[in-house]
Amino acid sequence: MELLWILIKIIIVFTVVMIHVMYATYFERKVIGHMQVRMGPMRVGWHGVLQPIADGIKAFFKEDIIPTAADKKVFYAAPLICLISALSAVAVIPFFETFAIANINIGLLYIFAMSSLASYGVVLAGWSSNSKYSFLGGLRSSAQVISYEIAMGLSLVGVMMLAGSLNLSDIVHAQMQSSYKIYLIPQIIGFFVFVVAMFAETNRTPFDLPEAESELVAGYCTEYSGMRFALFFMAEYIGMIVMSCLAVICFLGGWSGPFEVPGIPFFWFILKAYFFIFLYYWVRATLPRYRYDQLMALGWKVLIPLALFNILLTGTIKSLIG
Amino acid sequence: MPENKTDLKETTREEMAYEPYTIAMGPQHPATHGVLKLDLELDGETILDCKPTVGFLHRGVEKLAENMSYAQTLPLTDRLDYIASMANNVAYSIAVEKLLGIEVPLRAKYIRTIVMEMARLTGHLLWLATHALDIGAMTVFLYCFRERENLLDMFEEICGARLTTSYTCIGGVRQDVTGHFLESLYSFTEDFPSKIAEYETLIDKNRIWLKRTQGVGVVSAEDAVSLGLTGPTLRGSGVEYDVRKHMPYDAYPYVDFEVPVGSKGDVYDRYRCRMEEMHQSNSIIRQCIEALPKGPIRAPDAPDLVMPYARQKRVVADATFASGVIKLMEDTEHFIEGDVYVSAEVPKGELGFYFVSDGRGVPYRMHIRSPSYIHIGALPFLCKGQMVADVIAIIGSVDVVLGECDR
Repeated sequence: MELLWILIKIIIVFTVVMIHVMYATYFERKVIGHMQVRMGPMRVGWHGVLQPIADGIKAFFKEDIIPTAADKKVFYAAPLICLISALSAVAVIPFFETFAIANINIGLLYIFAMSSLASYGVVLAGWSSNSKYSFLGGLRSSAQVISYEIAMGLSLVGVMMLAGSLNLSDIVHAQMQSSYKIYLIPQIIGFFVFVVAMFAETNRTPFDLPEAESELVAGYCTEYSGMRFALFFMAEYIGMIVMSCLAVICFLGGWSGPFEVPGIPFFWFILKAYFFIFLYYWVRATLPRYRYDQLMALGWKVLIPLALFNILLTGTIKSLIG
Repeated sequence: MPENKTDLKETTREEMAYEPYTIAMGPQHPATHGVLKLDLELDGETILDCKPTVGFLHRGVEKLAENMSYAQTLPLTDRLDYIASMANNVAYSIAVEKLLGIEVPLRAKYIRTIVMEMARLTGHLLWLATHALDIGAMTVFLYCFRERENLLDMFEEICGARLTTSYTCIGGVRQDVTGHFLESLYSFTEDFPSKIAEYETLIDKNRIWLKRTQGVGVVSAEDAVSLGLTGPTLRGSGVEYDVRKHMPYDAYPYVDFEVPVGSKGDVYDRYRCRMEEMHQSNSIIRQCIEALPKGPIRAPDAPDLVMPYARQKRVVADATFASGVIKLMEDTEHFIEGDVYVSAEVPKGELGFYFVSDGRGVPYRMHIRSPSYIHIGALPFLCKGQMVADVIAIIGSVDVVLGECDR
């Protein structure tokens, strides 16, 4: 019985996340469109609301092209690794008080592990395509993920110290009991480092070097077409949603809000998560792209020292007060 | 690579270590501004060598011109730098006028200066759009196209075409401008400086933009001159050379403008030069509209080259179009023997036309000194030691268009 309940939960979350992914692409095009004095999709349905479905159908029915020189098994596996690891990360996210597919005690570490695994998909895709642009994209990705994973992990150490737990639900509860209600204020440095690393982790502008379209054509997914390309695309958006959720849970108090919205326990959670997703779009419409070496310099020389300093500061304050 | 496992076993470790990674950037690449091919040799992401290959868009304009009357070649010049075809039209016309010794009426000179500066704005707007997009700032791209669209609409109003204008003719311009055109252009110039400020808010002080452009693709003034760079690409290095100032043509002697120069010669300075140039172009257009004199728009002593067959119709009433043109090509009464080189400052740099005439109605030889071709020649010098991402920034900053390069 319990197994069935978990299965139903998984199906619900999967469906909801997939619908969000579909419409995240639509909102991205609309938001960036309006920022760039144009309309975005307008043709399919009212104001283009059916555009994601049309895109899905198109991607599904496209010819699946595999380069003759590609390493076929790895080529097949790479997008799946990306997508499955991104989707698995959703399992531990508590969307409201009593709802998480798996309320495990190492939730935070689990999300890190899954987001690192996703980068294997990117690296393998770059390697297996046997194309020079893909290869460079894959190499960039591996370097980027290693550097920014560290910064991201360190930026959350402060949160772990304050909450005293790696369980995501417990982190939210600890925030609700703290005097500030959210960890944004005591962990402002950590939040800054986390947000920057979040952009790098999901390969989004200004850190979209692995797929920098002006230099590397399309980076690691140059040789991918049709549904396989769409899988990478979905994985990227799920990654964005997971990272937004993580930011909400660790710094903005999860599902808690200034007042309770009756009947919609996940109201505040979704609202806050969409703020971060909007931030992704906003940054994409505004900023140019970093260069590879500058990205590394930013990661190692600025973000990691800042995150370490944050740990020191948090520890000092905590030992002085508590 | 997986397929080459057997090959790898035969090469020793030392040989493998020194083999550079080669990558063919182009001719189909989103950021090479056309069908430019760069063979890059990489060490990691650092460029060891860069070999540009051109010619993918070669249409033989120079050779075609040898078989056409001077007026017939004019529409071909639209296809050189198709981003700012008005400027090519003007440059071609002044070259032929010099060959024929025709003095253009003052009103036509002013109109030509207006359209030339409008072409400079369209060229620079497209340059900024693509340059910013290459570096990743995608919003600037669409903002620039918004203003460029207004300018193209105005081109449409004066000559019916947006890109391939063929607006000038030898001895003047094809059609007079209307009051409505001048009014809408004047109101455009009133708004335009605020639009430039809008682009600058997005990129000018942006830390990422500065990091990507400052100190990248540096070329000293001496090197820039010896590489033959012209236009804003040269002026970014601090050399104050502008054909409009040094060999003025059309109405440039009568207008007051400055030539912005950079100092360091990096991508950022070239970017600043072009941004300032847009302000100057804007002011030139305003001055020309204010001072636009009345009068004819075509020289009276110009041979009837406007429509090559009109004059022939008078001579041979029953002649077909082709035979009329052939007669005009054989015409020796208007053209003198000799050669002439005339250049004009187009958005990309100094566009020169060199004619060798044997006295007939067709040039014996026409050579186009296209700035893009020469700027592409400078790419190996600029790219060596930089990174892959910088190559894109450098291509953008030297501002090449392959239609002009390959001609």
